[in-house]
Amino acid sequence: MSDRPNSTGDRLDPAARAEPGGGADPVGDRPDSVGGHTYHLPEGLPAPAPSPDGLGAEFFAAARRHELVVQRCPSCGTWQWGPEYVCHHCLSFNLAYERVEPRGSIYSFERCWHPVHPALNEAVPYLVVLVELPQAGGVRMVGNLQGDPLQDVEIGAQVEAVFEDHEEADPPFTLVHWRVPSKGTVWPG
Amino acid sequence: MDAETHLVTDLEANQVTDRTLRGRTAVVGIGETRYYKHGTSPDPEFKMVLEAILAACEDAGLHPRDIDGFASFSHDRNDPPRIAAALGLPDLRYSGMVWGGGGGGGSGAVAHAAAAVATGLAEVVVVFRGLAQGQFGRYGRGDRVQAAEGPDAFTAPYGVLSPAQNFAMRVRRFMWEHGIGQEALRAIALTSYAHAQRNPRAVMYGRPLSAEEYDHSRLIVEPFRLFDCCLESDGAAAVIVTSGGRAKDLRQKPAYIAAAVQGSGYRQAAAAHNAPDYPTSNFKTLAPRLYAMAGVGPQDIDVLQSYENFTGGVLMSIVEHGFCRPEEVNEFFTPETFAFEGGRLPLNTSGGNLAECYMHGLELIIEAVRQIRGTSSCQVPEVKLSMVTSGPMVQPVSSSIYSSEPGP
Repeated sequence: MSDRPNSTGDRLDPAARAEPGGGADPVGDRPDSVGGHTYHLPEGLPAPAPSPDGLGAEFFAAARRHELVVQRCPSCGTWQWGPEYVCHHCLSFNLAYERVEPRGSIYSFERCWHPVHPALNEAVPYLVVLVELPQAGGVRMVGNLQGDPLQDVEIGAQVEAVFEDHEEADPPFTLVHWRVPSKGTVWPG
Repeated sequence: MDAETHLVTDLEANQVTDRTLRGRTAVVGIGETRYYKHGTSPDPEFKMVLEAILAACEDAGLHPRDIDGFASFSHDRNDPPRIAAALGLPDLRYSGMVWGGGGGGGSGAVAHAAAAVATGLAEVVVVFRGLAQGQFGRYGRGDRVQAAEGPDAFTAPYGVLSPAQNFAMRVRRFMWEHGIGQEALRAIALTSYAHAQRNPRAVMYGRPLSAEEYDHSRLIVEPFRLFDCCLESDGAAAVIVTSGGRAKDLRQKPAYIAAAVQGSGYRQAAAAHNAPDYPTSNFKTLAPRLYAMAGVGPQDIDVLQSYENFTGGVLMSIVEHGFCRPEEVNEFFTPETFAFEGGRLPLNTSGGNLAECYMHGLELIIEAVRQIRGTSSCQVPEVKLSMVTSGPMVQPVSSSIYSSEPGP
């Protein structure tokens, strides 16, 4: 990865702009996608990796399969996130990961304007959401909210996960973004 | 054993008189280098630390070789054995570090110093912080690593790399839950800049800020604008703590340490923004212990220095220390409330982290001591109790109360 300004990826997916609440490009001229990738944020940001000892590896492997997993204690049933070595409730070291429905609700959010990394110099603003997963004990996950970066964000709104594959990376990885589902979506359960 | 059980036990312990720090020690010396904008100090960080310590000794009327202990915080790079060697100290009897980033350990380091003195581990303990930020990195630019491991793996790939971004969602949630407007944050920034205009030490001295300039300043990460964010600075600061008995014979009016405590609530450091109680400055478990140790309440505090990493942190700190209820914030948080002249709660009277200097809040502790001495450039009349809250939203945080009178 380098410090050069983004030249191979465009954070704004043209399809995403057409989503409800999207519409006209709100942030002026931006280069269209080149190189075939339409990532939400440009390439060059740090790639996600498990700790050197493997803690968290199950989550990243599941994301590659477009599945969402959360750590759960088989002994007492407590959910916890991020990954830890011990259950914070019953203090068992015997922990497992459980697949959960990839959806949640927006608990908080932030619209980022200052580019905190060279890769973001031409990519602001963008939206970060903190998504609460009620089906997993209320644990929260951080991701980007897709669609118009200037959209009104409603705390409490339902969102669904969007798995973004970075196949050309070495090793390949998958990010977990979020979007407000189109109207009429019926969730299982 | 649950979190609530711990809290009750702690409160009871603090009410046992022979286990309190209240009034047993005092700040007797304060010292600072000149404060610089980041990257403009001509001196390296370690040299500035030595300068600040020597200035504090001069202020106190102590010989540097009277020092026998050090306390610091925020992973300070300047370790006490090196300082002791540089100053030729005969016996380094105590060194202590409060873990955790930012300024959360500022008052906690004072607590360490006071505890060391009160228990006879040392006689004269220096609390110091050296911070030449220009010689290291920038807050607004994340580390340029290829892969983010550990907790960062769940945030950095999504463009969350700066302190402002790590705290904005806590503040946003708090403001949303209580219907708090942007004007509350603005009042904090305007207060710091107004007070800095009377303080020639302040980096922002001579650079006033108007409400209009605040409103039109660039957005960093909503809800924070530029002026909601702390400065980045080069400098060093030190305060000297010794026993209440010895303090009476020294050069300055003692600022007795009525209370100094640190704390962090239940799972506040849970990774990837998973603290169960999220919209908090992390002072909820600490504030009752602080007031119990000092034997006072928020209504007794004459002047407050509240650590501003970001204005939103001050907002929650003031609420969680009991100065106003969340539903009162919109009416309470005005520049008039916080003005040193006639305000209900004079706040950040040196300009603080926003406008004086970002010395990880040790400059706030120094200003609290000035208020006891009566030497602030924004002096509040007849200060008896002067309080500091250190480092909201980090883990741990800490607070301290200074008194013009020794304790019981």
